[in-house]
Amino acid sequence: MSDMETRTPSRRFVDRSIVQLTLVRFREFIRQPEAVFWTFVFPILLAVGLGLAFRSRAPERPLIGVVSSDATAAGIFASLQKDSTLTAESFTSDTAAQHALRTAKVAILAVSDGRGGVRYIYDPQRSESAIARLVADRAIQTGAGRADPVAVSEMKVTERGSRYIDFVIPGLLGMNLMGSGIWGLGFAIVDSRSKRLLKRFMATPMSRAEYLMSFLFSRMFFLILEVVTLLGFGVLAFKVPMRGSILDLALICILSALTFGGVGLLVASRAKTVEGVSGLMNFVMLPMWILSGVFFSSNNFPSIVQPLIRILPLTAVNDALRANMLEGASLGGVAPQLIVIAAWLVISFAAALKLFRWR
Amino acid sequence: MVTTEHALLVKGLKKAYGDVVAVDGLNLDMKVGECFGLIGPNGAGKTTTIEICEGLLDRDSGDVEVLGMTWDANGNQLREKLGIQLQDTQLSEKLTVSETLHLFRSFYVKGRDVRDVIDAVQLGEKNNARVGTLSGGQKQRLAIACALVGDPDLLFLDEPTTGLDPQSRRRLWSLIEGFKATGRSILLTTHYMDEAEKLCDRVAIVDHGRVIALGTPAELIESIGATIPAPPPRASSASLEDVFVALTGRTLRDE
Ligand SMILES: Nc1ncnc2c1ncn2[C@@H]1O[C@H](COP(=O)(O)OP(=O)(O)O)[C@@H](O)[C@H]1O
Ligand SMILES: [Mg+2]
Repeated sequence: MSDMETRTPSRRFVDRSIVQLTLVRFREFIRQPEAVFWTFVFPILLAVGLGLAFRSRAPERPLIGVVSSDATAAGIFASLQKDSTLTAESFTSDTAAQHALRTAKVAILAVSDGRGGVRYIYDPQRSESAIARLVADRAIQTGAGRADPVAVSEMKVTERGSRYIDFVIPGLLGMNLMGSGIWGLGFAIVDSRSKRLLKRFMATPMSRAEYLMSFLFSRMFFLILEVVTLLGFGVLAFKVPMRGSILDLALICILSALTFGGVGLLVASRAKTVEGVSGLMNFVMLPMWILSGVFFSSNNFPSIVQPLIRILPLTAVNDALRANMLEGASLGGVAPQLIVIAAWLVISFAAALKLFRWR
Repeated sequence: MVTTEHALLVKGLKKAYGDVVAVDGLNLDMKVGECFGLIGPNGAGKTTTIEICEGLLDRDSGDVEVLGMTWDANGNQLREKLGIQLQDTQLSEKLTVSETLHLFRSFYVKGRDVRDVIDAVQLGEKNNARVGTLSGGQKQRLAIACALVGDPDLLFLDEPTTGLDPQSRRRLWSLIEGFKATGRSILLTTHYMDEAEKLCDRVAIVDHGRVIALGTPAELIESIGATIPAPPPRASSASLEDVFVALTGRTLRDE
């Protein structure tokens, strides 16, 4: 029988079973376009949609009309144009300017009175016109050389980090970590079990530990891609702040991914059909989508359910991500959340390995 | 290298699923180098028996010795030496033929060259095809390739040709004969009498979880040949099919 067998004393790296098993995870994932869409494209589409829908608008700048009649009018127009808090529009005829005022295309008209002065034409009942009157006058007087006797400095308090997009990006990241962890393990394992492939593997010398490790390895790899795409997009497109240490953030993400992997394993430990495990996964994830503060703060729920919400893994993950990114919290600052996440990690893995059915 | 003379020894094997007794005191004794057939109607207990021998199911009672070893004492060693094709495995459709075999090869310490096995099962042209695109016969040959890639001493095949067209069946037969020619052992279950007659050195007819007849195909036919009336369509000689019907009162594909 010697001609039929080839002995391989030292194995190439790619011939090791842990490498082969991990490669299978990659191949099955990337050859499933739906999975790639839901993991990478969908969170970004969601972020774009939410970012646009809830973007905060600056108050509109008052529009001031000028009729280009003489040199004074030209001076007025020049002064107005220098002021960035308003918009000036020049009209060539009186009629056109009056029409623009009547139809509220401009808030006020600033015209030359023919003696070197300015005349405001406006309706004082319209609040934007009243404001425009003040803004226009300040611009014209300053342009003509008026100096303010009291020195002025400003501190603008609109902060990055307080916008809705800043709130929702860490939430989407948490949701993504949960979804990929639970689906990634749950679906693949139950699919193999329902096709008797898991049983077939059990008939080989394959190491069970390596089989499970291959899921964690591939999760860690895809985790990097998921986090980098979503956060990269948030930072580039919406200037979402990243105030905490990136290393801390990476550790939070890794811990969270492992924990949700454990939950996925637990969910998959007994289910025999893909339909069965899908129902189970939705049953586990749906409450967390709603309660754990992905799209809106979990503080909106009554205080009686707060303790329950706090011990959900996704709540802890979202809170830790937000504390790191928006408040620049250290790992110590998110210790309570990390404890909750780690507890779920231990509980889910212990229960999953105890319940797991290999056949 | 196998040193015991028995490839498989089963004594008084029993297994019940709740109230259903699947295997009821079954005995088998299979020599090294032998191709042994288990034939019997659906529900006879063939799959249950073979899966217990493969270490995939726990038995209720009885003794099972595979290649001179037991599952309790030598499980890991045994898995290295067995090649298995299960009745109902679906290999991952997203992987290619070559990827599937490299995966299975990676589980074994020693084994065959993947490319050689692919050529041996005549899937060379399908090397880079996704499993999902293969025909039934090609999938079955791939399943057998997965069983061969660990270079086993003992091959378990559970209804390897069920549902295949005649041509695919013949291709599988020559594969099985090729393995047999290397002096190693095969336990196979089948529905088809012609298959058992062609491939098996000895056959056990199983019904209700028990062996009801045992011998070479020729012996079995001879033992029954005198007692049954010659069936009209095959008047010239009795076949294993006739033996089966005479013993169980059923045709093979009856439920
Ligand atoms: N997992 C199971 N649970 C309950 N009953 C089973 C199970 N597997 C097999 N059986 C029953 O055990 C008997 C033997 O089945 P099996 O070994 O598959 O027979 P065969 O392979 O000869 O068709 C049948 O009656 C079958 O219904
Ligand atoms: Mg069967």
